[in-house]
Amino acid sequence: MLPTIWFLLWGILWAVYFMLDGYDLGIGTLMPVLGKSETDRRLIFRAMGPFWDGNEVWLITAGGVTFAAFPTTYAVMFSGLYTALMLILFALILRGVSFAFRDEYDHPLWKKVWDGCLIVGSFLPALLFGVAFANIFRGLPLDSEGIFQGTLFSLLNPYGIAGGILFLLLFCQHGALWLAAKTTGELEERAAAMARRLWPWLFLMSVIFLLATQRITNLFANYLANPVLLVIPLLAVAALVMIRVYMRKGAWWRAWFASAAVIVLVTLFGVVGLYPNLLPSSIDPAYSLTAFNSSSSPLTLKIMLAVALTFVPVVIAYQTWVHFIFKDKISHEDLAREEGY
Amino acid sequence: MDALMLSRLQFAVATFFHFIFVPLTLGLVILIAIMETIYVRTGDELYKRQAKFWGKIFIVNFAIGVLTGITLEFQFGTNWSRYSKYVGDIFGSLLAIEATTSFFLESTFLAVWIFGWNRLSPKVHLLAIWLVAAASNASAYWIIMANAWMQNPVGYVLRGDRAELDNFLAVVTNNFGWQQYFHTLSGAYILAGFFVMGVSAYHILRRQHLEFFTKSFRFGLIFALIFSVAEVVQGHIHGAEVAKIQPAKLAAMEAHWDTRANAPQTLFLIPDEKNERNLLEFGKIPGALSMLAYHSPSAVVKGLKDFPKDERPPVALTFISFRIMVALGFLFVLLTAVGWLWRNNLEAHPRFLRLLIWAIPLPYIALQTGWIVAEVGRQPWIVYGLMKTQAAVSPIAVSQVGTTLVGFIALYSLLGFVAFYLIRKFAIAGPEPAAAAIPTGGPSAAAGPQEEPGEASGTFVEEG
Repeated sequence: MLPTIWFLLWGILWAVYFMLDGYDLGIGTLMPVLGKSETDRRLIFRAMGPFWDGNEVWLITAGGVTFAAFPTTYAVMFSGLYTALMLILFALILRGVSFAFRDEYDHPLWKKVWDGCLIVGSFLPALLFGVAFANIFRGLPLDSEGIFQGTLFSLLNPYGIAGGILFLLLFCQHGALWLAAKTTGELEERAAAMARRLWPWLFLMSVIFLLATQRITNLFANYLANPVLLVIPLLAVAALVMIRVYMRKGAWWRAWFASAAVIVLVTLFGVVGLYPNLLPSSIDPAYSLTAFNSSSSPLTLKIMLAVALTFVPVVIAYQTWVHFIFKDKISHEDLAREEGY
Repeated sequence: MDALMLSRLQFAVATFFHFIFVPLTLGLVILIAIMETIYVRTGDELYKRQAKFWGKIFIVNFAIGVLTGITLEFQFGTNWSRYSKYVGDIFGSLLAIEATTSFFLESTFLAVWIFGWNRLSPKVHLLAIWLVAAASNASAYWIIMANAWMQNPVGYVLRGDRAELDNFLAVVTNNFGWQQYFHTLSGAYILAGFFVMGVSAYHILRRQHLEFFTKSFRFGLIFALIFSVAEVVQGHIHGAEVAKIQPAKLAAMEAHWDTRANAPQTLFLIPDEKNERNLLEFGKIPGALSMLAYHSPSAVVKGLKDFPKDERPPVALTFISFRIMVALGFLFVLLTAVGWLWRNNLEAHPRFLRLLIWAIPLPYIALQTGWIVAEVGRQPWIVYGLMKTQAAVSPIAVSQVGTTLVGFIALYSLLGFVAFYLIRKFAIAGPEPAAAAIPTGGPSAAAGPQEEPGEASGTFVEEG
């Protein structure tokens, strides 16, 4: 029972991370297209400013929980995906410092460098998280010792790449909607137009990915065994359609929430399909790491559950409060105020 | 080099770099919170400007500290997967608790503090920085308790091929961990104190922002003085604990080769590891090592020769690092004591002020050498007495680690240069001018915290 609860929590933590940092990563990726002027670019940074760091902690927590609840999975996943993960970490460092450094020195080249860091530092993680998770859905070449028998390039198979593109589109859609909701005037219009333009591609990619998942992975086995679970992918599709409906009305916040639901449901779709596997082996299913054969001791799982059930709701409460204080649209006056990095 | 050595180097680079930026944040955030508290209580704008000025430096350090911390957390999995598998039950849970209870709090509320000057009441804004202070110091507790478990594993049972949690309370109240926590934290506070004193000294020497920096100096001085004295006392207690729990480390710290009672402390020596002896020994104080380690001159101190060769830490590095750390520790007491004597007429002692500017790097060196003693001195164990470092490394290719090691060095050097440049720039530029100096605000511009700052002052000077 405990491993199953932790399996679900593990999936939810990743889903929340993608839902929250997803908009930052999407906005960063779209920076070259949406940030036409220096003011635009400052507004774009400002639209993420109070949130990105708190969002990134969900990644640290997802990583920490993998370590605590499923140490063997943590060990195999992180060492197996070594190069991809290191690239993500380097990229996230560049992304993070671009916030702290960009406006501290007034020279166009300096700003260009940090804008570039934001773009690369957002694009790469968005793509690579997708590649990594698609490969986990598909199964990793793990041998009987749990040693990863592949390289970065074996991750770049067509299904892995499809996962990367899907994540990129999801996050870009998510980011464009956030920006439309948080800005005014030309920038809002540009972000809105981008969100509208992205949607058909996201829809198409979702269909392709779903079909490929059916052909290439075993994810649907759980769904066929328990058809009631099919409500997850169905809700994901419904939320995807709702993005479109709300965009038509110009209701950017609602569209953003629909997009948040899509990201959470897509992640959960994969995680529920994986159960009880955390890392299925493509060499032999017997070598797969599951919630049961890779979990911590019951005592650790119990203590961690108590910690998680106490503190995660508190975190959600204060992070919601922070989003609420900074919920207003960013204006040009905000840029002139003595606040910010 | 093999993947083991490369992974060790990579972890050392990542920890070293991370620990350049984090210690300053641990202490400085408390000083900032105190400054803002005075501002909220008295309405004196000077303290608000102080909080903002030191806050700017804090933010750069914090950002780099957070971002380089993630690579540390994930490196246990990427490079030390066998270790992770072996200890995840205990070690992993401490990291996860650190993230859930502390990282969220500090990252979320630092953003509130940075962006909330005009949106929150002064009291709520003040609460934000106190939460950041509490959370960052709490996060230090969790990570040091995790490290303490590697130094002195407690509360576990060996089951199957791993260590499993048996007594959570024992793990989080590990006495060795408390010693390490106070030792590291005092070191970090000394560092913050010296940093504030050094930067203030720079401006006092130039007779600029005198009131602002004399008051800042006072904060830094009191902080550094208290913790320099505390560190010497506590460092001694910590050392005695090391003697009890990790005798091999103690022997390496002192380059003590032969087991004997009445072991002397040698003021100067050069360890010669190859021949298991010391060169150029002089200044022997009979019985002093026995006295310091076990509080009795007749106590027997085990020498390195009585540990199997493959269970001895590298002697020279541990020894030299320990000596540097201790010497600096005493120097900090001396410098802060002199500072206390001259605290009311600092301007009359320009040489001392100049010295303090040059003293800024010293606590950094003390902290780094301290970590070398703790980590190198624990070798060849990754978990003392339980698991050797060579058994802990991931099954990864040399080319993989080699590439990322080069990446780490390149990226971190670049970040280091930029951060150094910015911190220096902020420090030299001094504080923003007082609100009263802004013409558009009119006579009421020097408003206390009772007024909504955002409404009252019209236009503020734009930052950076």
